[in-house]
Amino acid sequence: MTQPDAEIVQFDNVGLRYGTGKEVLTDVSFTLFSGNFYFLTGASGAGKTSLLRLLYLAQRPSRGLIRMFGTDAITLPRDRLPGFRRRLGVVFQDFRLVPHLSAFDNVALPLRVAGMVEKDIVRPVNDMLDWVGLADRRHAQPAALSGGEQQRVAIARAVIGRPELLIADEPTGNVDADMAFKLIGLFQSLNGLGTTVVVATHDPQLIRQVPDSLIMRLDKGKLLDPTGALRYPPRRSAPVVAGGAAAGQPGPESVAP
Amino acid sequence: MNVFSWLGAAVADGPRDRAGNNEARLLPEARLSGPMPWVIAIMIALTVVAAASGLALRNAAQTASADVEGGVTVQVVSAAPAERNRQALAALATLRGAPGVVSARVVPQEELNALVEPWLGTRPGDDVEALPIPALLDVRLSGHATPDRIAALRARVARNAPAARVDAQAGWLTPVFSAIHALQWLAGGLIALLALATVAAVLLASRNALGNHRDTIEIVHMLGGTDNQIARIFQRSMAMDAAAGGIVGLLVGLIVVVLLGRQFAALGSGMTTSAGLLWSDWIVIAAIPLAGVALAVVTARVSVLRNLRRML
Repeated sequence: MTQPDAEIVQFDNVGLRYGTGKEVLTDVSFTLFSGNFYFLTGASGAGKTSLLRLLYLAQRPSRGLIRMFGTDAITLPRDRLPGFRRRLGVVFQDFRLVPHLSAFDNVALPLRVAGMVEKDIVRPVNDMLDWVGLADRRHAQPAALSGGEQQRVAIARAVIGRPELLIADEPTGNVDADMAFKLIGLFQSLNGLGTTVVVATHDPQLIRQVPDSLIMRLDKGKLLDPTGALRYPPRRSAPVVAGGAAAGQPGPESVAP
Repeated sequence: MNVFSWLGAAVADGPRDRAGNNEARLLPEARLSGPMPWVIAIMIALTVVAAASGLALRNAAQTASADVEGGVTVQVVSAAPAERNRQALAALATLRGAPGVVSARVVPQEELNALVEPWLGTRPGDDVEALPIPALLDVRLSGHATPDRIAALRARVARNAPAARVDAQAGWLTPVFSAIHALQWLAGGLIALLALATVAAVLLASRNALGNHRDTIEIVHMLGGTDNQIARIFQRSMAMDAAAGGIVGLLVGLIVVVLLGRQFAALGSGMTTSAGLLWSDWIVIAAIPLAGVALAVVTARVSVLRNLRRML
């Protein structure tokens, strides 16, 4: 696990365009510190999903520099990508569950990919399914699960390996308020164990639930950072928190998106 | 209880690439395609038949070559029976004293009659011996009957038997050996073409399977799966398809080979009865499915890895 307050991700003037189209991200610069909880907000089409794709290494930028875990992620040789991806947990907006695998096998997937032996997999996966309220649905395939259940499986799969950086794209979009509250609580538990969390959401209630979070707001492909809390290169002092500024820091950005 | 309390840092230690049964559960039964075992079965059956034919032809050529390599035939062509017999005996005496001659004999009249019988028949009352058939001498040399040795024998015999014609027996079979060699090359070419066709079929099936499982492969990649892990799943599936096809193909091919062998054996011709298969040949034939599996697995691996490298 990365040291607390270490610079886990750095973006420097990152731009992204698909093909010959216009840039969907322009001059995005920020630093994510280990152990923090970030919310990524912005209107639809602002570039949230594109930014997350860069974060979970599904996309290379058109320009700019990206460093992750202290390593240049752009020039990273392809054979080193799996090692980096195993340090990430990703909740996709469309869940991206493997359709032929049961809920149990979907949640177990990161552990199997990492080479864990089967006897060490069963208990944690069952515990995790129990925790997200799907213990009795462990043998069901995704097609037999509701949208909310699929989302919980996707979240369980993302956190089962206790990632260093958890990236979630609208992780509570298909669950009721109680389950959303519980899932954010799960993210907070994980965050408390040292995982850096980045959650893309439109939901202000969700953001208010994590008072110590930082806000990353995207507008038309540009990252708004009025306080400079996210800027790159970062200040070496403690980062700004959204729910209440840390002592001696500039004022926080408004929590409400 | 904290849900993460049981989890150590085991899965976050960096990339590991362990093989194991777990990998089989990363993707669905990644059958490369339904007809693949049957395609491979056909390829293997044809390869078995082609290989067995090539090996049998080689054996026939080797046996015939060994039989005639030191053989020399002397014909004494004379219409007068008395003169023919005199020159035959003179030639026999000369040959027996010649260097390098292991044995020499005058072919008895009964054998000559048997030689011409298929063409002239044996109707009662026919006097085959009255026909002006050349007297034949069967001579065996130590080593090959080279053109130089034949020329030397011819010169020596001509002094006492001017009507004698000396020929190497291998000379008569040269066109047959040429045809056999051509057929052997044909068999080898067929095997090479079948191998290429197998590679092409596996390439297409691999591409098709990768396309069908593209979403799952991307998810496995995003979760930190390596190209080798994914390639091993396809290799394993390909090996199972190829093994099933190989066994069926081998059985079908063997049945065809045995039936063909019986047909040729029934001809009773010396050349075809010597075209059997040695035990070492059967080992080679039995190894064909193994070679087919290896070829299919390597092709699938190379194809899958090449395609995966195009993904991020």
